[in-house]
Amino acid sequence: MKWIISKNNQVISLNEIPVLGIDELRNEIIKQYKTDKRVVGFFGCAEYSNVRLYTILADDNKSELLISSVRFMAGEKSYPSITKDISAFQMFEREFYEEFGIEPVGHPWLKPVRYSKNRFDKTQKIENYPFFKMDGEEVHEVAVGPIHAGVIEPGHFRFMCNGEKVYHLEIQLGYQHRGTESLFENNNNFAPHLAESIAGDTVIGHAITYSNAVEALLNIKISDKAELIRVLALELERIAVHIGDLGAISNDIGYLMGNSVFGATRTLVINTLLSICGSRFGRGLIRVGGVAFDIDIELSEKISKTLDKVLKDVDKMTETMFSSASVLSRLEKTGTLSMEKAKMIGLVGIATRASGLSLDARADHSWGWYKKFSFDKEILESGDVFARTHIRYKEIKQSMNIIKELLNQIQDCKEDILLVKSKNQLLGNSMVVSMVEGWRGEAVHTALTNNEGQIFRYKIKDPSFNNWYGLALAVRNNGISDFPLCNKSFNLSYCGNDL
Amino acid sequence: MFDTLKSRIYQGDQAIPDIEKAVIDEKFRGLPLIDRQSCSNCNECIDVCPTNAINQDISIDMGKCIFCGDCERKCPNNAIKFTNFHKISSTSRESLIIDSNTTQESFESIAVKSTKEIKKLFGKSLKLRQVSAGGCNGCEMELNACSNVNFDMGRFGIDITASPRHADGLIITGPVMENMAKALEDAYLSVPDPKIIILTGTCAISGGVFQKSDVLKRDFLEKYKVDLYIPGCPVHPLTVINGILDFLK
Repeated sequence: MKWIISKNNQVISLNEIPVLGIDELRNEIIKQYKTDKRVVGFFGCAEYSNVRLYTILADDNKSELLISSVRFMAGEKSYPSITKDISAFQMFEREFYEEFGIEPVGHPWLKPVRYSKNRFDKTQKIENYPFFKMDGEEVHEVAVGPIHAGVIEPGHFRFMCNGEKVYHLEIQLGYQHRGTESLFENNNNFAPHLAESIAGDTVIGHAITYSNAVEALLNIKISDKAELIRVLALELERIAVHIGDLGAISNDIGYLMGNSVFGATRTLVINTLLSICGSRFGRGLIRVGGVAFDIDIELSEKISKTLDKVLKDVDKMTETMFSSASVLSRLEKTGTLSMEKAKMIGLVGIATRASGLSLDARADHSWGWYKKFSFDKEILESGDVFARTHIRYKEIKQSMNIIKELLNQIQDCKEDILLVKSKNQLLGNSMVVSMVEGWRGEAVHTALTNNEGQIFRYKIKDPSFNNWYGLALAVRNNGISDFPLCNKSFNLSYCGNDL
Repeated sequence: MFDTLKSRIYQGDQAIPDIEKAVIDEKFRGLPLIDRQSCSNCNECIDVCPTNAINQDISIDMGKCIFCGDCERKCPNNAIKFTNFHKISSTSRESLIIDSNTTQESFESIAVKSTKEIKKLFGKSLKLRQVSAGGCNGCEMELNACSNVNFDMGRFGIDITASPRHADGLIITGPVMENMAKALEDAYLSVPDPKIIILTGTCAISGGVFQKSDVLKRDFLEKYKVDLYIPGCPVHPLTVINGILDFLK
C-alpha cells in the first residue's frame, strides 16, 4: 500500500501510515498529480535521530486525503527535489529544508521561508536574505519593508524593475515568526485562544479548524446548534472581510466613496459578531466541544435585519462602483494570474477561484453542517484584480444566502446544548487532518499525537502559504504603482505564513 | 457621477458624534470587576485563564488578559464580571491590575495620567508611526478602523503617518519577536525627539497568548519608556481613541 486514504477530520493511527522510500514516494506523488491530486501537507517530524516526512495529498473530487511518509535516517541529508516536476511543492520543500536541513537537490530557489527558531542553520539571519540580482542599464531595484507605509504587518518586498515595469518581485517573509506551532505542541490545555491568533483576520476560520481537529481526536460530536453557530460565524467573518476588502481595493484606486461606504458597512457586520459573542472578530466564540455563546430568536432576528441592510448597501455601492469606467479601467487586466499558473503553483481560496479553478473546501472536503447543504462554488475566469474583486461581491451574496438558511434552521435545534463536555483523552499515536475554507482559502491543521495522547506535532497551513507566490507572479509585467492594488486583491496574511 | 452622489446622500453622516460618550454593546468585554465576597477561592478562574492574567489574590492583570471571558463563565459564584466599559487604557503598567477594590470610577481616576508637557507638545496634533511586531492583524485592523468614517480619529488631530520621520512616536502592536526586534528599534530611533511609545493590545503589553514563545525578544520595551498602554485582544477603536484623547488632555 502506497497511501492510506483518509478524510477531513478523520483520525488515523500513525502506524497505518505507509513508510516508503523517497524515490518511491516521489514517483507516487508525480503519478497522483496526473489525476488531479494536490498537496495540502508536506512536513517533517523529528523521530529520535531520524526525520519522518509526512505527505498529504487532497483528492478534491472524491473528498479524500491521501497520506504517506518517508523516513530519513540520521545520515541522509538530501533527496531529489519534487519541485523540479511539480512547482506547487516549492514552498513546502523550502520549509522542510529550513527546519531539518535535508536538501531537495535541484530545487530552483531554495531560499529561507521564515527564519524559524527551529531552523537547522542558525547562522542564517533575516538581515542577510539571498535576494536575486538583476543587471542592466535600465534595471533598478526597489526595496520596501519590513515596515510598510500603512497599518499592516511587516514583510519585505524587493522589486526588480525596468523603468516602471516589474520584471520580478521577491517576497521575503519571516518577520512575523512567533513560534506558533510549537506552542500547540506538548501543551496540556486546549488552545482555542492561540488558534484565534494564528491570523487575526481569520479568527473563526482557524479556531474552527483547530477545534474540529481536537474534537476528532477526543472522539466527540458537537451539537447541531453549535455546528450551525460555527458555520454562521464563519460566513459572517467571510462577509466582513470581503466587504472590508472591497473598501480597501476602492481606497487603492483612489475611489474614496467606495472606501467610506464599504468601511461603514463592514462595521455593521463585525458589530453583529460583537453582539453574538462580545468580540468584533468572533474571539471567545469557538471552543473545543462547541460554542460559548447562543443565538436566540431575538438575536437571530437582529442578525437577519442587519444583513438585509448590509446586502442592500453592498448591492447599491457595488453597482455604482462597477458601472464607473474609471474604476473598471484600474481593475481589469491588472495583475492577471492565468488558470494554468494558478494550478501550477497550487494557488487556493478566492484567488484560485478568480482564476477559474474549482476549489472550495466547503464543498470539496465538507464538514459539519456543510455536508447537508449543497451550493455552487463562485468561479470567475479572468484572474485579474477585477475578478478577485468581483468574486468577493459574489461570495458576500452567497454567504448571505447560507446565513439565511442557517437562521431558518436554528430554531429547530434550540434545545441543543452549546458545549459538549467530555472526559475523553486525546486518541494516542494518531493523526488527524482538519480543513476549513476560511474567507481567504483553506486552512489546514494537522495534529499528531504520541502514545500518551499528547500532541507532539501541530502543523498549520494558512492559505497565504500557497498564495504569496501567486502575488509575485501576478505583478510581473505590471507597473510598480499597481502593486498595492494587486497586493490588496490577494490580501494575504504575513503571520499566517510566518507562524 | 449622479449615482455616486446618490450613494453619498443615502449613506448620510456615519461618524459617531460623541466619541467620549459612545457606549459599546453590552456583550462587549471591557473592564472586569471582581466581587471578592462571592469568591469561594476555588481557583477555577486561575486554572482556566490561558494567559495567567489572574493572580492568586484574584486580581486580574488587564495587560495579560485577552478578554476571552472564560473565567467569567467558569466561576461558579459569578465573582468576575466583564463590564462593557471600554476606557481601559492606562499610563502606568500597575494600574492595569484590577483587584476587588477597583470600581469603574476608581479605575478612571488613576488610569490615564496626563502631563502638561505632553499636552503642550501633542495636544493639538499627534502623528504616530505604527509598527506591527508579530501582531496577528487583529489590532492592526482595529487601528485602521480608528480612521474609518465611523470612528474618524483624524478629526481629533490624531493620525498614522507613513514614515517614522514624520511621527511623534510609535504605536506598537504584537508580542515583539526576534525577527522584528531590530526593525522596531530602527523605526523608534528614526522618530525625532521628543517622542512617545504607545503599546496597543495584550500581545504588545505582555506577550499575550505568545508570552511562553521562545522567540520573544522584548528588551526594546525594557530599554525605552512606554507612555501609554491600551489593552484589548484586539483593542477596540473606542478604547484606542479615548485612551489617546485622555492622554493628551
